[in-house]
Amino acid sequence: MAVKDYIRERFFPHMWCPGCGHGIVLNSLLRGVEQLGMSKNEIVMVSGIGCSSRISGYVDFHSLHTLHGRALAFATGVKMSKPELNVIVPMGDGDALAIGGNHFIHAARRNIAMTAIVMNNRIYGMTGGQYSPLSGYGTAATTAPYANIDHDFDVVQLAKAAGASFVARTTTFHARQMTDILKSAIVHDGFSVVEILTQCPTYFGRKNKMGGAAEMMEWFRDNTTPIGSKAKQENPDLIERGIFVQEEKQEYCAEYENVIKRATGGRS
Amino acid sequence: MKEVVEGSHAVSEAVRLARVQVMSAYPITPQTHIVEALSEYCADGRMAARFICVESEHSAMAAVIGAASGGVRTFTATSSHGLALMHELLHWASAARLPIVMAEVNRALGPGWNIWMDQTDSLAQRDTGWIQLYCEDGQEVLDTTLLAFRLAESASLPVMVVLDAFFLSHTYEPVDIPDQASVDRFLPAFQPRIQLDTQDPFALSQMAPPGCYMEMRHDIEAGMRRIPEHYTAAEEAFASVFGRRYGMLEAYRCEDADIILAMAGTAVSTSRQVVDDLRERGEKVGVLKLRMFRPFPAALLASLAGDARKIAVLDRNFCFGVGGIFAQEIRAALYLMDSRPPVYSYIAGLGGRDVTPETIEEIYVRTKQSERPAPESVWIGLDPAACPVCRTD
Repeated sequence: MAVKDYIRERFFPHMWCPGCGHGIVLNSLLRGVEQLGMSKNEIVMVSGIGCSSRISGYVDFHSLHTLHGRALAFATGVKMSKPELNVIVPMGDGDALAIGGNHFIHAARRNIAMTAIVMNNRIYGMTGGQYSPLSGYGTAATTAPYANIDHDFDVVQLAKAAGASFVARTTTFHARQMTDILKSAIVHDGFSVVEILTQCPTYFGRKNKMGGAAEMMEWFRDNTTPIGSKAKQENPDLIERGIFVQEEKQEYCAEYENVIKRATGGRS
Repeated sequence: MKEVVEGSHAVSEAVRLARVQVMSAYPITPQTHIVEALSEYCADGRMAARFICVESEHSAMAAVIGAASGGVRTFTATSSHGLALMHELLHWASAARLPIVMAEVNRALGPGWNIWMDQTDSLAQRDTGWIQLYCEDGQEVLDTTLLAFRLAESASLPVMVVLDAFFLSHTYEPVDIPDQASVDRFLPAFQPRIQLDTQDPFALSQMAPPGCYMEMRHDIEAGMRRIPEHYTAAEEAFASVFGRRYGMLEAYRCEDADIILAMAGTAVSTSRQVVDDLRERGEKVGVLKLRMFRPFPAALLASLAGDARKIAVLDRNFCFGVGGIFAQEIRAALYLMDSRPPVYSYIAGLGGRDVTPETIEEIYVRTKQSERPAPESVWIGLDPAACPVCRTD
């Protein structure tokens, strides 16, 4: 199936600003799905609210555009009712880790099979550039004109500690790596977290004087490094990208099936 | 001094002038401009306040409840799903008798996602024990926000100041922004009735068994019943400083009106114009502006509108299975009155659809031509082609 067939063309043109990284995420995701040879009918995309969540409108999968922060909770219900479907949950940083933070850690703890994509642009873009839980100490935002004093989460560490069995990070500069990682995440039988650093030139870039989209993507190039690289040893400030965790662990829906078998003595 | 400001910023200016000490909020369209301005005032020192951008609206209300329990003046703002998410805490704030003030920008609830004007979000919170005041224009938004602090603190109950999404929140109008000294005369420093005291520790919000729970609820109701008295006193004080007053309800050209149109929000302004036009054509019509919704000013309503032959209510909201919410309230309020004009219920302008002079005139004409109200609310301007998937007929 051609990549174009996965797109819901009637919803285009998309609403993302010029230079926004979210289109690159959409592109890499669709290429990954195509390379896996998946039918669009076996995928459910569940999203919440924010710029990132609009992605569910643009793909011709089954899609649920749900409440702010609650995408993983809705997705849990979808997966429990139809475990055979592949569930993909694109979220923004505020969506996933502020209002939806509780759902994020509990979905990870259960290790329920779905792919949580955290499109981290470090800002609430849709509502006008307020600081998010991933903006980081010292950054500027509409609600922090004299610098943010909130510290950020490390999404990878958080997901690892909460029990996710697949944890990875990449950036919009590394579009091919993104496709590879998303493919591994989608086929992984457990809760997969993929953090994607993506640029918001409109708010985060402008407020923090990071230049336009191209400069922000160059920043991703210059400030990230493969996991365990020599460069990281020499410069600990570099952000590692790649797959941090990929382990076999009992998946929640499969475990639930076992409980049903035990409870019914195999009669169901 | 008169400045041209956005409705949202009329709220922010009032909150600054009220010397609020702690604010907490979460971004949601179309409320965000209110708290953006406030966070700037805090950051650049124009306000000696703390602004906390929390991780959800639920946390925003929890944080201001905590701050109010500490005895400081508090504020938050939200809209639509943000308000719905706060629901649990709305009950908590009123039952804890905390004088929190909140700006609520009327916006539709999903799904389908809709960020535009609709009153169902705030009206759905009618049983939470919050005073609700609806505004018509930017000046009223500023004045009502100032008034809200005084009212909340005199009654130990929270107040919701409600404004239309976009039509009011994002519209720029000339607004008289008072000076700090005048506001200080109207609104003295907050004297908390309930305040955590390190010298005299006590427990807040403990178990209330059957032996006292009912009495506590009755006490809140008694507080609500005194609101008209507190409100009138607060407005008197406001008028003495600023020369403006609004009333709990406002009757516009209603004295000899056969038909009175009733509604809240910016549609009132449009209706004033329609009434003027109809009056020129010899029609006896007036507008009743619904400003205070909780507590519902039933007696005042009866005195202002009881002599009309018919009341036509325009609801930009809906209670599924019943009908327009303001219409229900007005019917219930009139039931025990000696004079009970029939109440016609109309639904228009949901989810940001315009309420034009034509919409209002259609409501007037339909009301005039009908002998009695339809048993169900009449929806104005439905387009059967707009939603073919949903059509059931």
